[in-house]
Amino acid sequence: MPTIVVEVMPKAELLDPAGKAVAGALARSNSPITGVRIGKRFELTVEGEVTEAVFAEAQRLADEMLSNSVIEDVVRIYVAETALADEATI
Amino acid sequence: MRIGVVTFPGSLDDRDAQRAIRLAGAEPVALWHGTHDLDGVDAIVLPGGFSYGDYLRCGAIAARSPIMSEVIDAANAGVPVLGICNGFQILVEAHLLPGGLIRNDHGHFIRRDQKLRVENASTVWTSGFDAGQEITIPLKNGEGGFIASDETLNRLNGDGLVAFRYVDGNPNGSLDDIAGVTNERGNVVGLMPHPEHATELGFGPDAPGAMRSGLDGLTFFASVIESTLARS
Repeated sequence: MPTIVVEVMPKAELLDPAGKAVAGALARSNSPITGVRIGKRFELTVEGEVTEAVFAEAQRLADEMLSNSVIEDVVRIYVAETALADEATI
Repeated sequence: MRIGVVTFPGSLDDRDAQRAIRLAGAEPVALWHGTHDLDGVDAIVLPGGFSYGDYLRCGAIAARSPIMSEVIDAANAGVPVLGICNGFQILVEAHLLPGGLIRNDHGHFIRRDQKLRVENASTVWTSGFDAGQEITIPLKNGEGGFIASDETLNRLNGDGLVAFRYVDGNPNGSLDDIAGVTNERGNVVGLMPHPEHATELGFGPDAPGAMRSGLDGLTFFASVIESTLARS
């Protein structure tokens, strides 16, 4: 079933306290990772084909509901034939 | 004078808000998120809590609930609307107030009696205060960091739309110490601290005279009652 993937990140210039907390935990385990930012991934499932109209609707939802442009950016939106969760079992 | 309090799934302080309204001398009216019915109320409170478990973003799902289309219409028609904590988050998500609220910069949930300065005493919810007056209101949140673009911040500061600022320490990293804002008309106000928790002797924040005797929150509700009666 076709899936539209929407990726949202906190705005680059904003502090991401959750990412900072994870980065702190990584530093305590001697990881070479020096920074973490935490975003969100939405997998939107649709019946049938992802037409231009369906994709445009997903873009509208990504901008107006799935993200808040005051605090976040939609960094990527694309069509995946299978959700990542399914791919992991292949 | 009837003041509605909207209960969303996950609201916590709806009953406290109703109690505060009664203590201030108005009739509280319970409203339900899933309806399109404001029951003819004269003013509306969106209470604190964790609507929809803060899923998606704090207040984001509640801002799109059925009753919010009526709340937005009422706000645009001049009906007084107060958003407290999660209610403030709902108001920014509904675009009735500018800016956004993100996780506290230190990453911790915070609860304390918070000193605020009333910056704008001409809104319907703050008219009982003097501009510059310092008040103490309980604060309790994990995502109370107020942010906005530079352009929006300049407008908020320049046009007197900052309703309250934190005094004696910024508890959550809010830009320019902003604790609450108003719309230009002064009928929609949102703030992170909880005025409904400072309305009854024995249950409020500590005051200089006696423990738990702070009643500064009562003035929010007294203000809207007085403003509404003065207009009718």
